[in-house]
Amino acid sequence: MRKQTAIKCLKAGFIGLILLLLYAPILLLAIYSFDKTNLIGRFQGFSFDHYVHLFTDPNVLGMIGNTLLLALIAALLSTLLGTAGALGMYYCKKRVRGTMQALNQIPVINAEIVTALALTVTFVAVNIERSWFTLIIGHMVICTPFVVLSVIPKLKQMDNSLYEAALDLGASPFKALMTVVLPQIIPGVISGFMLAITLSLDDYIVTMYTRPTGFETISTYVYNATTKGNAHTAVTLSSFWALTTIIFLIIVLFVVCSNLVSRKKKEETK
Amino acid sequence: MKVPRFSRKTLCIPYGVFLLFFVLVPMLVILFYAFTDDAMHFSFANFVKFFSDPTKLSTIVYSLVIALVTTVVALLIAYPVAYILARSHIKKKYVVLMLFVLPMWINFVLRVNAIRELFNLISQAEGFDWLSNANYFKTIFGMVYDFLPFMILPLYTTMMKIDNSLYEASADLGGSGFTTFARVTLPLSVPGIMSGVTMVFLPSMTNYVVSDMLGNAKVTIIGKFIYTYFGNDWHMGSMIALVLLIVVFLSTWLTGGFKADETVRGTNL
Repeated sequence: MRKQTAIKCLKAGFIGLILLLLYAPILLLAIYSFDKTNLIGRFQGFSFDHYVHLFTDPNVLGMIGNTLLLALIAALLSTLLGTAGALGMYYCKKRVRGTMQALNQIPVINAEIVTALALTVTFVAVNIERSWFTLIIGHMVICTPFVVLSVIPKLKQMDNSLYEAALDLGASPFKALMTVVLPQIIPGVISGFMLAITLSLDDYIVTMYTRPTGFETISTYVYNATTKGNAHTAVTLSSFWALTTIIFLIIVLFVVCSNLVSRKKKEETK
Repeated sequence: MKVPRFSRKTLCIPYGVFLLFFVLVPMLVILFYAFTDDAMHFSFANFVKFFSDPTKLSTIVYSLVIALVTTVVALLIAYPVAYILARSHIKKKYVVLMLFVLPMWINFVLRVNAIRELFNLISQAEGFDWLSNANYFKTIFGMVYDFLPFMILPLYTTMMKIDNSLYEASADLGGSGFTTFARVTLPLSVPGIMSGVTMVFLPSMTNYVVSDMLGNAKVTIIGKFIYTYFGNDWHMGSMIALVLLIVVFLSTWLTGGFKADETVRGTNL
């Protein structure tokens, strides 16, 4: 019995240690986001300076705005395109479906840098200036395949006879699609949208290649500021510690809430 | 004139066109650029230059080594984590699993920046000043940190699928804990290992954000190498991208690819 307890402790200890390593950097930033200075080392005194900077500096706000706007547009367009694409593919002949699915896999498997370079070279070859257009296309290329991949399983689980029934009852194909098929695949569409948002928010490489000059997202700014930083960027960079802390808190809240909701649902179904 | 009837199949046209222009054509364009020179004549010059330049080849080799070490370390950490979680009887194990995935939702670059600050802090401490020059160590640590969930998730899902009665059967037949692990768990988790390995190996060969931010720009991996040709030599850049493309597809094919439901961030948990 004692040996079992020891093994249990060892297991819990291992999981705990790895979790500690995972959260140490984030906690460090969270602590120093309340520091007066922008140096990590000795805590100089409590202040909200970094948070104030985060919400008042037009530069920082601009970058956050860019990042969010880009993610929202790219994710919306990817979700529309991907959902329509997945639906269409599902009803197409096997050959067409197979070809599209294979093409859909390319950006998923491919290294982001190769996708980014290939797109940019193509834009250069046909003389398309880098702009919001190229940027959004770039993000759509990496996001849409994941939307398709999360919608397809829902289509496979769907009951096909419901669509037929709707047609028999006189609905137009389009109406049947919107009122019968769409509600059945909506969970896949939503998770595809979420995935697209996070992929776009996280992206550095494709943004770097396809962005118009002077356009900065959080990723491109932080990358440049840490690799070739100066005193000015250090101030902005430390306001991003505050941002990291805020994002982290939002995530934790979100997870806790969704857990509570799902628990409630389970209790109701019981 | 008759209005064409709406057909469900037509829905795939926009995405089909999109795939054609922004996925297939770019691939063909880099193929074209890789085998042409500045005057757009067909040439093997880039190909020859690439395979005769020792610095290029060595970059590839040590990029492979870094990726390999990262993958092995990630596997050595993730396998026990997934195993412990999958076999544990605690009620809320998916909450613990979520804890491993949570940091993934913070912006990738911000996360790497956080690791950088942590290393800065530690290297200020007495006896840890070696850390400020340990570029390879820091790079590999950062990659393992960032890609660990990609390894844990597929392992966990495959292990959860293993039928519990198999463990019982093994125990009934007198198998010890170790035998059960070696003869039941390990062989049945091979698909999970394969997709985890693919999902960690590939980005650690190409994602130069980590190696640049943590390796003081002293660690050059293939991804960064392509970047250095950005804007000045599209032909050479395309050639390296093409080589990378082939490596990526070969390794995906060898490991049997990975499944959509195991990909990113555990959105399907």
